[in-house]
Amino acid sequence: MTTLTDKDKAIVKALWGKISKSADAIGADALGRMLTVYPQTKTYFSHWPDLSPGSGPVKAHGKKVMSGVALAVSKIDDITSGLLELSELHAFKLRVDPANFKILSHCILVVIANLYPKDFNPESHASLDKFLASLSLALSDKYR
Amino acid sequence: MVEWTDFERATIQDIFSKMDYEAVGPATLSRCLVVYPWTQRYFGNFGNLYNAAAIIENPMVAKHGTTILHGLDRALKNMDNIKETYAELSVLHSEKLHVDPDNFRLLADCLTIVVAARLGKAFTGDVQAAFQKFLTVVVFSLGRQYH
Repeated sequence: MTTLTDKDKAIVKALWGKISKSADAIGADALGRMLTVYPQTKTYFSHWPDLSPGSGPVKAHGKKVMSGVALAVSKIDDITSGLLELSELHAFKLRVDPANFKILSHCILVVIANLYPKDFNPESHASLDKFLASLSLALSDKYR
Repeated sequence: MVEWTDFERATIQDIFSKMDYEAVGPATLSRCLVVYPWTQRYFGNFGNLYNAAAIIENPMVAKHGTTILHGLDRALKNMDNIKETYAELSVLHSEKLHVDPDNFRLLADCLTIVVAARLGKAFTGDVQAAFQKFLTVVVFSLGRQYH
């Protein structure tokens, strides 16, 4: 389902080039939206003092998530190997139900559409969706 | 029955009252056909869907996109009874059109993204939550009569 063509990779790299300077803000916004729109995701963060959008923990974690995305962009030719450590983290320590990767991916797409409507045309959307699906698959690669 | 807060009702009515159906409908359906190309299976008689540009310029896609979006008007007018409102359309999509109901979810996601692109700062997390809740209920109702 998620073989990235050369065209996909080119589109993702170009789009990332445009948006990466706002990566922290995108991550914080996407995570905040996820917690608001899909409240069941809050169950993973019961240890945070503040789960409201824009709070310290949400901003810090959004930044962390986007650094994972940046890593995947840099390793776009072999995301599974590139994300090996993160995959082990998610499999053995975090154990996030993989359905939630789809949810966060959707929120990331919504934020990018919201902030970069002209750049986020249907073709870019398709390639980025495929990329995030590959990323999600790589993250759950070690689950079982 | 679905419970709607005053904020949710107001937000949903507001978004649709300002909606440019002739722009958003076509943008949503064409985006769905590009991002999820397997959805093209239902539009074999729509002519040229060969690439993204062709899909976006296709007049049949545009017309159908507008039709689908206006289909949401029924839910807007009957927010307290969306399930019953779509019972007939659900049967139609199941028995006549044979549409996999997962496609309704894909289309709803595309609509959310098109609206997010158009509303800018106004599309806050709370607004997104209300909008997606509305679409979730519609999607559920359209799949309800499948058996």
